[in-house]
Amino acid sequence: MSTSATTIFSPETAARFDRLVTLYPVKRSALIPMLLYAQDEIGYISDAVVVEIAQRIGISELDVRSVLSYYSMLRTKPVGKYNVQVCTNISCMLRDGYGIMEHCKKRLGIGHKEVTSDGLFSLEEVECIGACCWAPAVQINYDFYDDLTTEKMDQILDDYKAGRGKETV
Amino acid sequence: MPRLVFHPEEVKIISRRFGQGAADIDKYIALDGYKAVQTAIEKGVDWIIAEMKASGLRGRGGAGFPTGMKWSFVPKQSERPKYVLVNGDESEPGTCKDHVIFLHDPHAVIEGTMIAGLAIGSKMGFIYLRGEYRYLLKIMEKAVADAYAKGFLGKNIFGSGIDFDIVTQTGAGAYEVGEESALMESLEGKRGVPRIKPPFPAVVGLYGGPTVINNAETIASVPHILLMGGEAYAKVGSERNGGTRLFGISGHVVNPGVYELPMGYNLKKAIYEVGGGISNGRKLKAVVPGGSSTPVLTADEIDVGLDFDQMGKAGTMLGSGGIVVIDDQTCMVEFALRTIKFYQHESCGWCIPCREGTDWLKKTIGRVHAGGGVAKDLDNIRYLAENMLGRTFCPLGDAAAMPTIGFIKKFRHEFEDHLNGKPCPYAHAEEPALV
Ligand SMILES: Cc1cc2nc3c(=O)[nH]c(=O)nc-3n(C[C@H](O)[C@H](O)[C@H](O)COP(=O)(O)O)c2cc1C
Ligand code: SF4
Ligand code: FES
Repeated sequence: MSTSATTIFSPETAARFDRLVTLYPVKRSALIPMLLYAQDEIGYISDAVVVEIAQRIGISELDVRSVLSYYSMLRTKPVGKYNVQVCTNISCMLRDGYGIMEHCKKRLGIGHKEVTSDGLFSLEEVECIGACCWAPAVQINYDFYDDLTTEKMDQILDDYKAGRGKETV
Repeated sequence: MPRLVFHPEEVKIISRRFGQGAADIDKYIALDGYKAVQTAIEKGVDWIIAEMKASGLRGRGGAGFPTGMKWSFVPKQSERPKYVLVNGDESEPGTCKDHVIFLHDPHAVIEGTMIAGLAIGSKMGFIYLRGEYRYLLKIMEKAVADAYAKGFLGKNIFGSGIDFDIVTQTGAGAYEVGEESALMESLEGKRGVPRIKPPFPAVVGLYGGPTVINNAETIASVPHILLMGGEAYAKVGSERNGGTRLFGISGHVVNPGVYELPMGYNLKKAIYEVGGGISNGRKLKAVVPGGSSTPVLTADEIDVGLDFDQMGKAGTMLGSGGIVVIDDQTCMVEFALRTIKFYQHESCGWCIPCREGTDWLKKTIGRVHAGGGVAKDLDNIRYLAENMLGRTFCPLGDAAAMPTIGFIKKFRHEFEDHLNGKPCPYAHAEEPALV
């Protein structure tokens, strides 16, 4: 499709999508990456995202929604600017992952899957993030923090609050 | 950022380039990179397969299937294109070894994928990373782009007349997608629901074409095997378990980390020498030896070699190589609960024994842990788990049932200690919420 006129995405993302659909033997293989990159830009998978991605790939909106509901990283509602994901799975649990989770709850004043009133932070208890040997581990958006203590966690949250946090996209 | 660890007992083959800047293509080349693929082109398909079979390399994704044999199953002639699929979904709790490979040696994954492609006559490989590994995906993407820029990928690789392309792909959060056929569904842009087998991927896989799917560590081992020779690689390991593997030692040890040890290395030594022993001066209670789906061993059962066969004999599995060490202050009911909670969350919901079984197990173990259990619950847990075994379309049902059976069999007394309203004997300030 001719993108620039109709797209809801930035020129960079639109260009990335134009390329993504050409990479695979079938266009649909681009669906999951496109949803994730769309979410990175828009903040969540809005109705408009579903419509445009369905069109770009040439599948129904229902197909897109069906896929989107399967994957735990994809969401249909906004989260905080910094989504704090605390792993409490076994290796992290053994090294006080729940303590980190409780600490974040108190510190941010929100619970699992909630957003702070200023929209800056959201909190989520997540399954293993592949950092078990450096437990307890947390991911903020895409950035990993490991070997955590409550003191280190405070420092990290302070840094984000002051706009000094890492921001990998 | 993952901390690199070293121990004199390690045998560094696959981790040889870790910490040496090998994500840079020139550095990789300086460290013997892209030599194995050129030798492979020169010597041909039969040589590659013979070396791989001689190496005794068995899949590092969990099941331990011999890699050379897997490759030889792919039909020589095929109307549909053949594919190589690298499984970097790494989501089994306790497992973070592929993480370190993508970070420190991305070109080894590319080179291994090319060699697998040559071996089966494929022109295209996919490297699939879990969605959470965005920073690693960027490292892989750059490595692939650099390999194209050097002319190592694309048309006529190394003057062979053979074309080979690699595409990197991201998932978006789903453990089940690590199962091979679910991964193919995901790569085709669908929900990660597995396929009925047979047909097996070697015959009908990605886009309906014959497909070799291997774990990222399996693939990254391949160039090293061709460089040192299959037989030499096999000798490093134990009988029918060639070479080394990356073991992730986590939990209550003094020096957790990813260590490369020879196959067959003693588990007790891995914990007490390599891992530095139990932290905080405590004693060992239990070990989950190969990722969360492998049945638990008690402290008395760990004098055993870390290979697929010896672990099988010990009543558990080598699995993904994620050794989770548990001290004597840990509540095994809580541990069992956290484990089943994970599998319940990740069940794709297709089979009733898995979907309902994991849910019931979570509820029952949760009730026991909270002190609301009755004596009958303990038999029910075991009965329920045993009846899930082998009754599902994919092995996730077993992956949930097997550890549960292990916990209730070996730590039944701890479950009993929670019955009749008794508080958790190991309770600490924060109780796990059941999300
Ligand atoms: C529920 C489930 C999850 C799995 N997750 C992974 C995974 O994250 N990474 C992986 O390499 N293999 C995983 N496997 C194993 C794969 O299905 C497959 O056996 C493996 O990728 C084959 O590669 P290998 O022969 O090199 O081990 C999983 C299997 C199941 C049943
Ligand atoms: S065993 Fe579980 S995860 Fe596997 S297909 Fe059945 S319901 Fe899905
Ligand atoms: S268990 Fe927390 S990162 Fe694996």
